[in-house]
Amino acid sequence: MAQVSMTVNGKAVSAEAEGRTLLSQFLRETLGLTGTHVGCDTGQCGACTVHVNGRMVKSCNMFAAEADGARITTIEGMAEADGSLGAIQAAFREHHGLQCGFCTPGMVMAAAALLADNPKPSEADIRAHLSGNLCRCTGYHNIVKAIMAASGQDVGAIAAE
Amino acid sequence: MYEFDIEKPSTIDEAVAALASDEAQALGGGQTLIPTLKQRLAAPGVLVSLGGIDALKGIRPEGDTLVIGAGTCHADVAADGTIPALSALAAGIGDPAVRNRGTIGGSLANNDPSACYPAGVLGLGATVVTNQREIGAGDFFTGLFETALEDGEIITAVKLPRPEAAAYVKFEQPASRFALVGVFVSRTGTEVRVAVTGASEDGVFRWTEAEAALSANFAPDALDGMSPDGDMISDIHGSAEYRAHLVAVLTKRAVAAC
Ligand SMILES: Cc1cc2nc3c(=O)[nH]c(=O)nc-3n(C[C@H](O)[C@H](O)[C@H](O)COP(=O)(O)OP(=O)(O)OC[C@H]3O[C@@H](n4cnc5c(N)ncnc54)[C@H](O)[C@@H]3O)c2cc1C
Ligand code: FES
Ligand code: FES
Repeated sequence: MAQVSMTVNGKAVSAEAEGRTLLSQFLRETLGLTGTHVGCDTGQCGACTVHVNGRMVKSCNMFAAEADGARITTIEGMAEADGSLGAIQAAFREHHGLQCGFCTPGMVMAAAALLADNPKPSEADIRAHLSGNLCRCTGYHNIVKAIMAASGQDVGAIAAE
Repeated sequence: MYEFDIEKPSTIDEAVAALASDEAQALGGGQTLIPTLKQRLAAPGVLVSLGGIDALKGIRPEGDTLVIGAGTCHADVAADGTIPALSALAAGIGDPAVRNRGTIGGSLANNDPSACYPAGVLGLGATVVTNQREIGAGDFFTGLFETALEDGEIITAVKLPRPEAAAYVKFEQPASRFALVGVFVSRTGTEVRVAVTGASEDGVFRWTEAEAALSANFAPDALDGMSPDGDMISDIHGSAEYRAHLVAVLTKRAVAAC
């Protein structure tokens, strides 16, 4: 066991972790931040996506010890200060970008990373960016629409497939 | 996963010292190693994380070559653009989250027969730099998941010559996004290199017959009727014949894209 300290959603946290403790486990089990979902636990599905020092990573494919000293943002950090939905979250709701909601935390974190780099992505940019975030329900179409809308672009241009 | 400790050295010397133990294994971006540990296919007592070593990170020109630190992640190589074909290769690895963690050193050390970087490094005639020596790409890749690295030796950087023209064309296996087949072609003067990943039972290889044909005539139709010899991989994703066919098609496309 070693002491691991990081800033999660703006708050300094510190707790013990084994070498093999994944960042996803540390967030969910040690810190109780269960918004980060674990779908595959093999690095394939993206449900566990969080930001580490501003970059999206799959938290099931990184050890907590490697995040020592890092700045982490999880889905719990995406709401506004008053608890209302953030712009990306609100767009997912408005455009039915989720059904069961299991992939949604990862999708929102992936979308936030994309928009930070590329504030006006094309539909193709969005689809390429989501290549490591799998959704069993929506067929992706409304997720793409939601991200378009969250970036302030017209969603009418996205043809129904 | 079995239990292990994680060490986080901040210099190459500390990392090499920590890796001297039989129990120890290097941890790069973890994008291959962590899934392997989860399957209990590896059982190191100590993982030596290279992620905190600044000397392993970054990209810089050195004379005619580009030097990429072994700990540089795929996203940073993708963003660099000095060798556009190499940046495009990095931009096509996995997905954005994988590219933010996975490193060039980890990919080369792993030498997965379907990985992208081995094709780029062999196709550019690059040199792999370790804590002990420099190894030409042609001597570095020795077989399926096998390299010339000794126990405890780590890759510190890769030196890549800048070609006059180069292109990488990858035919993705749609579920894993690894290369079902990938071909990297580079040309400098009349020297042409063709490196193929994803196809051979022996891992990445140079298709020397195609190189000879392209040196004489650098055009896709110089390869008409040609296909590579040797044992091609045959699995549920594609037969050996299919892969051999893809090698020729993708080589032509890469030449056309140069
Ligand atoms: C969903 C997904 C999709 C992917 N798609 C692709 C793809 O399309 N193309 C592709 O090429 N790859 C792909 N990968 C693999 C990815 O590129 C890995 O990052 C890479 O193969 C390993 O690099 P790493 O830094 O993560 O190494 P690690 O997983 O940390 O280590 C891999 C091996 O290399 C050793 N090692 C690490 N660094 C060094 C070093 N500096 N010196 C010596 N040994 C070292 C480790 O001990 C270990 O044996 C994918 C991975 C995932 C999870
Ligand atoms: S749970 Fe991490 S990628 Fe699926
Ligand atoms: S909404 Fe169910 S998996 Fe995406």
